[in-house]
Amino acid sequence: MGWRRKDLLTMRELEPGEILLVLDTAESLKEIATREIKKVPALRGKTVVNLFLEPSTRTRTSFEIAGKWLSADIINISGSSSSVVKGESLLDTAKNLEAMSPDIVVIRHASAGAAHLLARSLRCSVINGGDGAHEHPTQALLDLLTIREKKGHLEGLKAVIVGDIARSRVARSNIWGMRKLGMSVTVAGPPTLIPPHVGELGVKVAYAIEEAIRDADIIMMLRLQHERQEGQMTTGLFPSLREYSRLWGLTLEKLRGARDDVLIMHPGPVNRGIEMSPEVADGPYSVILEQVTNGVAVRMALLYLMAGGKGQ
Amino acid sequence: MNLLVKGGRLVDPASGFDGLADCLILNGKVAEVGPALRAAEGTPVVDAAGKVVAPGFIDMHVHLREPGYEYKETIATGTRAAALGGFTRVACMANTEPVNDNRAVTDYILAKARDEGWVRVHPVGAVTRDLKGESLAELGELAEGGCVAYSDDGRPIMNAGLLRRALEYIQPFGLPVISHAEDSTLAAGGVMHEGVVSTELGLRGIPSAAEEVMVARDIILAELTGSPVHIAHVSTAGAVRLIRNAKARGLRVTAEVTPHHLLLTEEAVRSFDTDTKMNPPLRSKADREALQEALADGTLDAVATDHAPHAPAEKEVEYDHAAFGVVGLETAVPLLLHHLVHGGILDLPTLIARFTGGPARILNLPGGHLGKGADGDLVILDLDREHEVDVARFASRSRNSPFGGWRLRGFVWMTVVGGKVVQSEGVVRGGAR
Repeated sequence: MGWRRKDLLTMRELEPGEILLVLDTAESLKEIATREIKKVPALRGKTVVNLFLEPSTRTRTSFEIAGKWLSADIINISGSSSSVVKGESLLDTAKNLEAMSPDIVVIRHASAGAAHLLARSLRCSVINGGDGAHEHPTQALLDLLTIREKKGHLEGLKAVIVGDIARSRVARSNIWGMRKLGMSVTVAGPPTLIPPHVGELGVKVAYAIEEAIRDADIIMMLRLQHERQEGQMTTGLFPSLREYSRLWGLTLEKLRGARDDVLIMHPGPVNRGIEMSPEVADGPYSVILEQVTNGVAVRMALLYLMAGGKGQ
Repeated sequence: MNLLVKGGRLVDPASGFDGLADCLILNGKVAEVGPALRAAEGTPVVDAAGKVVAPGFIDMHVHLREPGYEYKETIATGTRAAALGGFTRVACMANTEPVNDNRAVTDYILAKARDEGWVRVHPVGAVTRDLKGESLAELGELAEGGCVAYSDDGRPIMNAGLLRRALEYIQPFGLPVISHAEDSTLAAGGVMHEGVVSTELGLRGIPSAAEEVMVARDIILAELTGSPVHIAHVSTAGAVRLIRNAKARGLRVTAEVTPHHLLLTEEAVRSFDTDTKMNPPLRSKADREALQEALADGTLDAVATDHAPHAPAEKEVEYDHAAFGVVGLETAVPLLLHHLVHGGILDLPTLIARFTGGPARILNLPGGHLGKGADGDLVILDLDREHEVDVARFASRSRNSPFGGWRLRGFVWMTVVGGKVVQSEGVVRGGAR
């Protein structure tokens, strides 16, 4: 089976087979990272535009390295999602990009649906690098790759996602991806950070983290976006960072109730001392750095597949 | 203007008449309704055989955008759209620039409508100065100037004490307050209905409670003051329950619903198409069913389009940043003929009543019926003619409709204002009134 989509916008739209194709391709491309000369000619002559309209170092760098190892020409465009204010709309930007004939555009944007808007108006491929609180499919793919590497399989595993589920694109993409591949998912956090009707997405809801993590194979802690929270009209979704971290932060003490082979994941960057204590983030269960490594592999796989490569 | 309309099925819900009859208009007024009417030599005759003749439709909630936002719509283009849509009267909201919160703006709108309007225009005055929700507009003068209701539509009046004073103060003038029922602290910057779809899409939600809390409050204030309160664009099953209960208790509460809330749900937002963004938002399937039922049983008195034109630059942007609102004048009647009447949800006389007598009673307008001496305003419908909605051909200056490409059975064949044919077969004619 090959890759047939023009764009990658959501995990929701992917078939299980498509997800596995990306993971398998990533696994075989991962070996490039261990070479002395980290470069293959797969995307020579192809142009990838990183259109990052929201601050991001990690995802942008990851795409950039992935593209460079595949010999693509990478252009980084950063800006603010509020460029509307400056008179140039996203659509203007998109049309200008189109005129420069890129092959793939990766977009990161603060508004849900921005990648869809771009995909509708561009002939080239669009990869959603995170759109508001909607989806972040490449993050879910790298998380699934990491879990599969560590556990040997995905089906039947139990994951708990803890934190600001309501504002998390990482949570949404992982919920779709994990569910499609046969994992069970529980979301946990203060009720004000759990979105309404989330149970209809096929997940369980827990409010007490101790209970939620008891038989989990994977604990995924989300970054608390307190800077974003301040921008909301509804301020004060929880009383204080102190109380949040005491009740929902992951500490060694709370971890005592978890399985011995539990994996602890985090999309980064970690707010040490808020969603998890430093000992947990840097401890033996943590696979946070493997996630970063796999991020490059998954993005190489996607660029490769979307530029027309045959999957492994 | 004189006109004889012959051979049609005449439906006049005000009198309960539904049968074959002719209608003679003399000097712009209905002179006679009955079988086999004759007119003097030279009177224009319209052959309405096989068609439905009804009182001219009234859209009690439109945004004509003039003065101030002529790039979105003008009184000329908006009333052309109304004529094409079968409406002979429209009530235009006060959120222009400047706001219609004083007599000078009301006079301007009425003068423009006289010179350039294709149908009758009834301004709605603001409740509060500059729609700020802080102090009362000159409500007495607005009534004297010809406003037919008061509304800060587009914005809620969050200050209950101020709304109470407004409702008391307007008692001598006899105009209703039209409430944009939305608690802004609950709506909290949302852009769509709060539900499973908003959760999936990661878009901020507006809970049904944002509307229902305010509907409940407004009903309580209607009871306290005894003044008429009309709830604009009802969108939730809970609001319907509150209104039904208020009416059962005999309170002076009325309500309207839009075609888009009657036909679409939150599911439409999945495409991130910004023409599905409006306020109140498209709700759930259960809400849509409750609205259809309430329109049938009369809990909802009127269909109103909330015609809200916006320029492409305001819509071709990220969903979060897009303007709220859709145009509706040119699609409302065919949409509801197709989906409600042909769909078996509502009978034709009831739908016509919601477009005529319903709004006329709320706004105390002279139209909405075909009794002798009434204004000679008619709409003639071809129930079976099919067509496809083509937004590119709208007379409205704006194109922001979620219904482009829909195939519909039911067509507004002719619109008559004061005995003058202003639209026939989808073409406006004869110049403005």
